[in-house]
Amino acid sequence: MAIFLTKDSKVIVQGMTGAEGMKHTRRMLAAGTDVVGGVNPRKAGTRVDIDGRTVPVFGSVREAMDTTGADVSVLFVPPPHAKAAVTEAADARIPLAVVITEGIPVHDAVAFQAYARARATRVIGPNCPGLISPGQSNAGIIPADITKPGRIGLVSKSGTLTYQLMYELRDIGFSTCVGIGGDPVIGTTHIDALAAFEADPDTDLIVMIGEIGGDAEERAARYVADRVTKPVVGYIAGFTAPEGKTMGHAGAIVSGSSGTAAAKKAALEAAGVSVGATPTETAGLVLTLLAETPGNPA
Amino acid sequence: MDLYEHQARELLRENGVLVPRAEVVDSAGAARAAAERLGGRVVIKAQVKTGGRGKAGGVKLAEDPAAAELTARRILGMDIKGHTVHRVMVAEPAEVVREMYLGFTLDRAAGRFLAIASAEGGMEIEEVAARRPEAVARIAVDPAEGVTEAKAAEIAVAGGLPRETTGTIRRLWTVLTAHDALLVEVNPLVVTRDGAIVALDGKVTLDDNARFRQPSWDDDADDRARDPLEARAAAAGLGYVKLDGQVGVIGNGAGLVMSTLDVVAGRGARPADFLDIGGGASAQVMADGLSLVLDDPDVRSVLVNVFGGITACDAVADGIVRALDTVTLTKPLVVRLDGNNAARGRAILGQLAHPLVHQADTMDGAAARAAELAASAASDTSAA
Repeated sequence: MAIFLTKDSKVIVQGMTGAEGMKHTRRMLAAGTDVVGGVNPRKAGTRVDIDGRTVPVFGSVREAMDTTGADVSVLFVPPPHAKAAVTEAADARIPLAVVITEGIPVHDAVAFQAYARARATRVIGPNCPGLISPGQSNAGIIPADITKPGRIGLVSKSGTLTYQLMYELRDIGFSTCVGIGGDPVIGTTHIDALAAFEADPDTDLIVMIGEIGGDAEERAARYVADRVTKPVVGYIAGFTAPEGKTMGHAGAIVSGSSGTAAAKKAALEAAGVSVGATPTETAGLVLTLLAETPGNPA
Repeated sequence: MDLYEHQARELLRENGVLVPRAEVVDSAGAARAAAERLGGRVVIKAQVKTGGRGKAGGVKLAEDPAAAELTARRILGMDIKGHTVHRVMVAEPAEVVREMYLGFTLDRAAGRFLAIASAEGGMEIEEVAARRPEAVARIAVDPAEGVTEAKAAEIAVAGGLPRETTGTIRRLWTVLTAHDALLVEVNPLVVTRDGAIVALDGKVTLDDNARFRQPSWDDDADDRARDPLEARAAAAGLGYVKLDGQVGVIGNGAGLVMSTLDVVAGRGARPADFLDIGGGASAQVMADGLSLVLDDPDVRSVLVNVFGGITACDAVADGIVRALDTVTLTKPLVVRLDGNNAARGRAILGQLAHPLVHQADTMDGAAARAAELAASAASDTSAA
């Protein structure tokens, strides 16, 4: 198994025919993802040849789902059209919508997250790299060749820190890596991923990466203390970030005394989570904990 | 993007919220003239994008135009928490019988906007909330419904505000939604002696992601308050924040760059900047970024930390080579490349064989080296 995305997932791509959409559809196919179609109302009925695979283009998410049985949509739709695209996916009741797009206005995200929630569509993102279950499927832009299948689950606000940790632990391997995104308003949270990893029989240990801004990490820490029995290793970025400055991600901002890295680290440690000072030290903590886990080959 | 008080006041006024008569000026003489037009007795308020202006002496009552001139002279040029006062607002004082708090802010956890209302205005709402949490009402707004008359009444009642505030509550919501704001705060919202509901101070934060549909914002840009390197980075489309240390930091991805700053700090050095070249960066973006960081006089060494996911490390290396074609490197550069095309990227830098360009195998090793080089550059400088 894995969480949210498995070898059986049938993936469509909204915005597939754009430059980013084409580039990453090609990479997803190369990683073994079952990409069953693209969506673009202006190119409905056409087909796109990608490295010897023919991918049909549908006029709507509904049509794509009816024809192919798709259950995941990956969105590469530019910010002005992202709200309409997520709304369409939710109207079609797709179980999972992965929104890669960076730069979506917060008011739009607030509106489509509420809309999708009411229609039981899980949203991952926006402003995220998507998720990968190595060896099974890749929905988004995470490089598939960094690591291999394994038993670590990873959830992160940051794309490149996800890659860095996947690389540090490449010889151990991962069940699923989920990039939940760095925007202030996101769909799937650290807590959602923690709950899914806790329930996943193929995940032994969870790595949780956070950064400054908001209090999602503090809430996740409380959740770990109350509900998670598997070992959790944490990493927080942004100890040196000055107050009031947005550090790249729209959501990464320390406001007054709230949202600091120090507060997040303290909350995680109080919940029994080992927190690394650097990505490399974090990987080291994972190796140590796995070595202590009985019957684990690592 | 935070707005100045006078810009927030203008947005509120355009949307039908009552505000005091006021003018914005940048000289003491103009403050005197404004006071004369506004009836003599005025409040002089420093225009800076930070809180605590009152405590810092940046808000003063002046009894007449001569006093307004003197007061403005004292406040203009003042430094309030690192912000220089370039302009003051000269405002007509209000006859206040009651001070309240009213705002809309984003609840990130719930993914919704919240109304915050309190009958206790005039001080920082965080202080009121800490001291008497029951005095601060927080009411979530359904994005599909918005603030209807019934919702506004609910907010007023919960916050202990008079029913006459419902119109103002709805107008604030309009400012929030129509202008893509993340925060609209009026503190204090007052009832005047003649019963009017007036916004005496306003704070508005706009959502930078909405710039594509808010073209008027370009007129609001204020480069006087901006660091010159940040202004140059913004013009070049680079994600850059100036910091106060000596190690220039460049990386790809916000999370990895933040992490790199922390690792540099963990090695006893202080980062000079945050620069994210982004995903899939081209050689040109890398070259622009490196030139910018090298132009920072505070920088003593530069650390480039790239994990190529989408970004190709050979493009990053090409960008470094390209930048060095036009800039004479006088500061040491430490480069760590891993991931996509890392071997090719390292080979390009190897062939460059520049005495000031060092390669490192790991992120921690690279940070240690950059910190060390910055420290030795500092001691060289002091020796000279």
